[in-house]
This record gives sequence, structure tokens and C-alpha cells, in this order.
Amino acid sequence: MIGVGSRRAIKDAQAEALLFQRRALTAFGLVLLVIAVVLGRFGELMILRHDHYAARSEQNRVKLQPLPPTRGLILDRNGRILADNRLAYRLELVPERVVELERTLDELSEFLAIDEEERARIIELAKLRRRFQSVPVKLRLDEDEVARFALERYRFPGVDVVPYLTRHYPEGELYAHVIGYVGRIDARELARLDAEQYSGTTHIGKTGIERHYEDLLHGSIGYEQVETNAEGRVLRVLERTPPRAGENLYLSIDGELQRAASAALEGKVGAIVAIDPRNGEVLAFVSRPSFDANLFVGGISRSNYQALLEAPGRPLFNRALQGGYEPGSTLKPFVALAGLELGLRTPQTAYYSTGVFQMPGQTLVFRDWKRGGHGRVDLEESLAQSVNSYYYQLALDLGIDRMHAYLGRFGFGSPTGIDLDGEAAGVLPSREWKRARFDQPWYPGETVIAGIGQGYNVATLLQLASATAALGQGGQRYRPRLLHARRGSFDEPLRSEAAVTVGEALVADPAHLAAIRRGLEAVMHGPTGTARSAAAGASYRMAGKTGTAQRVSRSRDESQQAALREGQRNQALYVGYAPAEAPTIAIALVIEQGDSGSQAAAPVARSLFDAWLLREPPAELAGAAR
Amino acid sequence: MKLEVRLSRLGSTLWRMLAPTRVDVPLLLALGLLAALSLAVVWSASGQDTDMLMRQAMRFGLGFTLLAIAMRIPPGAWRRWTPWFYSACMLLLVAVAALGEGKGAQRWLDLGFVRFQPSELMKLGLPMMLAWHFHDRVLPPSLPAFLVALAWIAAPAALIAIQPDLGTSILVSASGLFVVFLAGLRWSWIVALGVTGLASSPLVWHFMHDYQKQRVLNFLDPEADPLKSGWQTIQSKIAVGSGGLEGKGWSQGTQSQLEFLPERHTDFVLAVYSEEFGWIGVAVLMLLYAFVVGRTLWIAANARDTFGRLVAGSFALTFFIYVLVNSAMVTGMMPVKGVPLPLISYGGTSAVSLLLAFGIVMAIHAHRR
Repeated sequence: MIGVGSRRAIKDAQAEALLFQRRALTAFGLVLLVIAVVLGRFGELMILRHDHYAARSEQNRVKLQPLPPTRGLILDRNGRILADNRLAYRLELVPERVVELERTLDELSEFLAIDEEERARIIELAKLRRRFQSVPVKLRLDEDEVARFALERYRFPGVDVVPYLTRHYPEGELYAHVIGYVGRIDARELARLDAEQYSGTTHIGKTGIERHYEDLLHGSIGYEQVETNAEGRVLRVLERTPPRAGENLYLSIDGELQRAASAALEGKVGAIVAIDPRNGEVLAFVSRPSFDANLFVGGISRSNYQALLEAPGRPLFNRALQGGYEPGSTLKPFVALAGLELGLRTPQTAYYSTGVFQMPGQTLVFRDWKRGGHGRVDLEESLAQSVNSYYYQLALDLGIDRMHAYLGRFGFGSPTGIDLDGEAAGVLPSREWKRARFDQPWYPGETVIAGIGQGYNVATLLQLASATAALGQGGQRYRPRLLHARRGSFDEPLRSEAAVTVGEALVADPAHLAAIRRGLEAVMHGPTGTARSAAAGASYRMAGKTGTAQRVSRSRDESQQAALREGQRNQALYVGYAPAEAPTIAIALVIEQGDSGSQAAAPVARSLFDAWLLREPPAELAGAAR
Repeated sequence: MKLEVRLSRLGSTLWRMLAPTRVDVPLLLALGLLAALSLAVVWSASGQDTDMLMRQAMRFGLGFTLLAIAMRIPPGAWRRWTPWFYSACMLLLVAVAALGEGKGAQRWLDLGFVRFQPSELMKLGLPMMLAWHFHDRVLPPSLPAFLVALAWIAAPAALIAIQPDLGTSILVSASGLFVVFLAGLRWSWIVALGVTGLASSPLVWHFMHDYQKQRVLNFLDPEADPLKSGWQTIQSKIAVGSGGLEGKGWSQGTQSQLEFLPERHTDFVLAVYSEEFGWIGVAVLMLLYAFVVGRTLWIAANARDTFGRLVAGSFALTFFIYVLVNSAMVTGMMPVKGVPLPLISYGGTSAVSLLLAFGIVMAIHAHRR
């Protein structure tokens, strides 16, 4: 019917043209409608939501790049550099640009040592990083490695050698216990740090000055607004806020004295703290044995760390800061001063030493160190000869409560507040302390031995040095500190740190202090002084007190415990200051497993007094820094 | 036939081809303007690449040459060649299926001197074939004539769909359906066709390749996977949206200049254009497109015969559907699909075949009533 036949049917050209026109018009109407819709959609994105997309485009384009500040230098009081920043090279890779991470690491390890642990860390980091951020593969490449990589570089797209600044301690072991070291920021630190300030920083102070003054040393971060392409490649810098370098810290340590102190303890186990009594500045701060702080900067290897832990004398242990020692006879000047100040003794009050001391009504015997006793002694002689029985009686007269209160004012039993973290507090025993510690009452016999610094007494070298300095300085204590001065850059003037006094002057009657000081001078220069041989031939007068005691072990180290059980060795202690009439240096030192204080410790102190008082005046820098 | 007759006929044909023709100046100007815009945007989007600019210019040169030749061939000749042209396109599509090459999908045919997509040619071949089909039938078309037309459409659509290139397949089908529409298909049948199409979409989903499904899903929620397949859509919307009313200025678009925008000189060239020329620029472009479509429909309405009307009309609508799909794509209204922006995107086959199509339109115009 219609079908093929329609082909032959007569076409109505007029009607078909009209039909087409109607359809074409309909279609064009739809076209215009659709164009309106499309323009509406463009309008929605480009006008209504323009701000949103403009912001995202800007985010795409502009990246904020952190410019990590240069860490401040650490110098001694004369301007000698103790910690600086050196140029080093590290290998980095951008995970998105390397062909295959695992294979690249395999090929890299052909000429770089990458162990399994590091490998796992790199792969982990690569997953965490943002797009096109680089991952460090190996820090501190040596020259050989840099050269070898340069040759093979074409094989490793996306892997680059990048220069950076790394911390370096030119004096190695000498300042490890003062300055400490920096190390990689770990997860715990990351959680508490200001994420913005540390966004470009990899290392942070872990111990010592590096840790305590982290805020000053770090400086403040700068930023670069950079335009990047989609691959994160920087095309140009739009705006730059330069970082502010960390402050340069001048320590109060005197390099020469520090070196002398360290040399004096060469091969020994011990520590020395020297303080300027006039302001509390620490002039030397040594703990032996020591370690090379540089080992920790790039991340210490497991075997090196193990070796340090197992080394004899535990080099990682900071004896000057954390070591607790039985003060023994070095506590006597303070006990004597308590007797004078509380009106229980005068300088002239005599005591007859028979060699033994018994508490009334008890059979327990306390002895003098000299068989047969010292005979009749006054205060000066009691110090010069270190007469135990004088102090047994005095301690009993004082009682533990008054002794605790008076010695506490000199800083025993609490941290001195030096600008280092982790300072030990020591122990200044009292009834309350014993109750809390052992849940036992205080026995009078314990008061007796506390009078010669034994029993529960534990003092730190810092406490001893600080208290001794106060004796040399009219009774005024200063908080020990290592920071002497600082400045932002080398063209800025040095800003000195002010001395911080601790409490009021500790002595009510200057005559009392004078008597103690005479006693301490007699120790060094008197005919009966225990350390007179150490002072022989000196061109200046010095004052001091020796001590010989057992070390209070706080370690769980088996062998050390065993050594102590055998009562093997003494701890030689010495406190003192010089020149005796107007001291510029006060010293506390200990030599573990040494001889008696007078034989082992006093000569070391003498050598340091000499080093400090008889030295050539330091070069011109000293004038500026002093 | 005598030799003299043949010679004289050949002579008159040659005369007609060489004689000044009544070209439609407004349409030619609009096309020239689009080509000029294309060169400007490609220059910017390619990151000021002179080589690419020259290649695009040469394509336009070839395209306008073909246009000039095509407009001198009378519509009657085009009509007579149509079945051959359609058959040739079908053969090429079969050839692509057998030995073509391309990324993931076989779309390209390499003839040694030129590589092109036969499916692009089919966008011309199919509407012409349908116009040929309807030209001497009574319109509106009868049911058998309609069904035969659907068969002409289905054959190339199926061949393109198995390449696989579902998008182009749909677009080619659309170009055929426009002819059917313009031929005056009854509205009730159009509705029925639409309903059938919607009902069969789950079937289409079933036969889709995974990457095509991914594209659709990705379109529904581009932010779900911002680094991979959603990246294009997000970056494109950022480029468009950040352009604002006035744009960032020629060659100042950061999204494209800094290479955040993928496919920026080809399929996403409109995003570059939007970013650099703003909404005002987009409005100007859309009006230019509307003018081209309207002018071509006007030429169609004034054509001498049914074949001319249907060919020119369907070319106009096919041209527009490309504009629509591409705009919808860069503004995130449609799944990402390799549809170039007509006459603007960098690329040869599309520009050349479009200009050839407008050459035929010009020929129809020259032989109007």
C-alpha cells in the first residue's frame, strides 16, 4: 500500500517546505533555550560561585613554602664556636617522579647503604607525603657517595642530591654534657611542637643547651609564596617573608678552663662544675667520660648507641647535672655556719676530740678519721682537720629539723635551677622525707652522721658549687646559669643575661661567715689543713674543703652494684673557691673510684684555680663578650 | 551519448565550479571568526607553542579549501554521490574495527599520510544518507520509511559503539535522528522513540565497558576520587569558575598555563577560553554558535529541495549538539567524553569534516529557490 509506493506518490512541495520550516523553527527555539541553560550554568560557576573557584584556583597555583630558619650558633664566653651549621648533602626522591619506588631503592642500594629499617621508613614516608613532596633517602652523604651518585644520576629520575645545613660540634666530646645535641624530631615531639614554626625543620634540641634554649636557637620560620605548576615545580617566587635565624648564644663557659677541667679528669670517672661566685655563671661544666655529640645529629646507629651504653663509666650519664653524691665532709662548712648562726657555737667554742663519739645512753660508736682523735679543736681547726666528732655533737645539738631547714636555704635537696633540663634534686633528709620515703621514724643516730654529710644525704655538684660560691660571696646565692649573653646576628650588640639572685643573703652576722672562710682557708694553707699539700707554692690564697665518701648508686647496673657492695673505692670530693679574699671562681668536683678527697680531688682543683687565675688574659674578643 | 554532449556537459560543470558563486557571506564570516578564535585559544592553551599553532592553521587552510570546493559542487551531485559516500564510510568503519589503532579504543585509521577517525566522516555521511532516503518520499514519513531510516542509523551506530566509542555512537545517531525529526516525523512517534530509548538505558549500562561506567559514576560524584578520574572535571570547573565575569586575560589563565587542566588544548579548550575570557567571552562565543546554527537553519529552510533542506538542517543541529555536549562536559554537567568543541578545539578530523559540511551547506545556499 504505502511503502515503496509512496515514493511514487505525488509530493506536495509547498506543504513539505512549510512542515520543514515549522520543524526548523521549533529546533531553533530549542537551541536558543539550551544556549540559555548553558549560559546559565556558566554563569552559576563563573559569577555566583566565582569566589569559591577563584580561591581554589589560587590554592592550586600558589603554594606556601616554608623557609626553615638557620639554627643559632653556640659559642663560649670568648666567642669560640662550640656548635655551628655545616653544609651537607642528602639524597631525596619524589615518589611521583620515580619510575618504581621499590626498584629505585634496590638500584640505589647498589652504591648506598640502605638497610631494611631505613627502607621501610622511606616507603612509609612516601605514602604519607603530599603529592610531589620529596622524601629524604639518606642524610649526610659523604663526598664519595655524592660523586658516585652524580655519575649514575641519569638512571634515577626523581632522585636528587640536595644541600642542607646540619649541626656540627667542632669540639666533639668536650661539650657533649653542656651543649647536648640535636636529633631528628620524633613523633612525640611532633605532637607538642608548633607545627607551623617547625614545618621546614627536621632537627630539634634533644639534650643540654640545645634542648633548654630550643626556642631561642630555632629562630622563626619564613615563607615563600611560590607559583607552582600541577607537578609542584616552582615557577617563580611571588612573595617572600625571610626566616629569622635563631639567636647566637654565648655561654658563660670559658673554653680554656673547660679544656683544663676535662684534661684533669682524663682517664678518670668524675665531674667538675666551676662557677663565678659573683653572678652564678658556670665557667666549666665537665662530666667524664664523655661522648662525641656529632654521632647523634644524623641519627646514631644502633651499634654505636649500644657501644655507648655499654662503655665503662657510662659516658652518656651527665654526672655534673644528674649525678648524686654523698657530700661527706664537704657539707661541714654549712653545718658549722648553722651552729654559729643559730647561736649554738661561737668560733672560739672548743671541743675535745678523743677519736670516738657516743650518744648519751647508747653503745653505738662513731669515730674520727684520725685514730686517737684530734684533741682540742675550735671551729677553724674542726674544718682544717675535718674533725668528725665536732660535727657529731653539733648535729645532735642542732637536731635534724633545724639542720634540714638551714641547709635547705643553701639549696641542698632541690634543683639549683640551672638552665639545663633534667637536673637532679639530691636528698636533704628530714623526718618528713624519711616518713614519706621509708615510712619509718627518724632516729637520733641518723642525725649524727647527717652532721658529716653521710647517711641519707645526696648532693649534686651544682648544689655544692653553688652553695660554696655563696660562702665566698658574702652569703648571697646566685642561680647557676650557662647563658652568658646572646645576639641575633653578629652585627647586633651582645645582650648580657642578668645575674639572678636566689633568696636573701644567707648570713645574718658577717663575722660568722668570716670564721667559716678562715676555716676553709686553713684547709688549704693551715699547718694542719687536709689539703695543704695541694696548695703548696701558690701565689694566691685559696679556700676549700675535701670530702671522701661513698657514691650513692642510682643505677641498676649489676657490676656497679657489686663494686659498691665490696666497698671497693671511695669518691673523692672537693669544694672550694679562690682567691680566698675575693673569689672569682668556685669549684665543686668529684672523682669516682678515686682516692681520698685530699689526695685525688684537691690537686685537680688547684690546677683549675691556676688555670683560671694565672692564665694569660684572653684575646680581644673577651673584652666584647665579658 | 555523443562525445560532444559529454564534453559540453563537462565544460558546463567546470564553468559552474569556477564561476563566482553566491556564497553566504555572514555564515562564512562567522566560521572565519570561530577559526580565528580557535587559533588564539590554542596558542594560549598550548603554552604558546608555535608548531601547534601552525598545524592548526594548516588544518583550517585545508578545511576552508575543501569548503570552497564543496560549495561549487551542485547539491544534485552531492545527492547522487551520497549512497557511495555512506557506503565508503561504512567500509572504513569496518576497516577500523578490523585493523584500526588508538588509545584503548580503536578509532583511528592510519592511511600513511593522514590519520583520521572514520566516525567523524560518518557524522556527515549518515544525515546525507537519510536525506537521500527521504528526498523523494512523501513527508511526513510513513512507518516503513521511518523504520528503514532507523536501520540506516543503527548500522553505523553499532559499528562505532563496538570500537568502543559509545559517546560518538550516540552523537552519530543523534545526527541521523535530527534528519528524521526535520523530515516531519509525527510527534507521537517521537515520544514513543524517546520512551523506548529511556527504557533501554539499563541494557546500555549492561553493555558498557568498565571505564565508561567509571566515567558515569565519576560524573555523579567527581570529588570522590579527586586525584584520578575526577581530576579533569574538578580542574575544569575550577578553571571555568575562576574566570569570573571578565576572565583572567588572554594567556593569563593559571589553570591552563600552569598545566593543572588536562586536555587543555583539545577537549577542554572551552575551560581555557572561559578562564581567560570570562562569562562575557563565553556569551559572545555562544551567540556566535547560535548565529551559525540559526543561519544554517535559515539556509535549509530556503533550500530548493527536500535533500538540501534535510542535509543543511541536520548539519546545523549536529553542529549544535557538539557545542552542547562539550559545554556540559567542561562545566561538569555531563560525563567526561572526548567531544571536541566545534571549530575551536585543536585537532584535524573534526575541523576539516565540519568545514566540508559547511561547504555542502554553502552549495545548498548557492542553489536555493
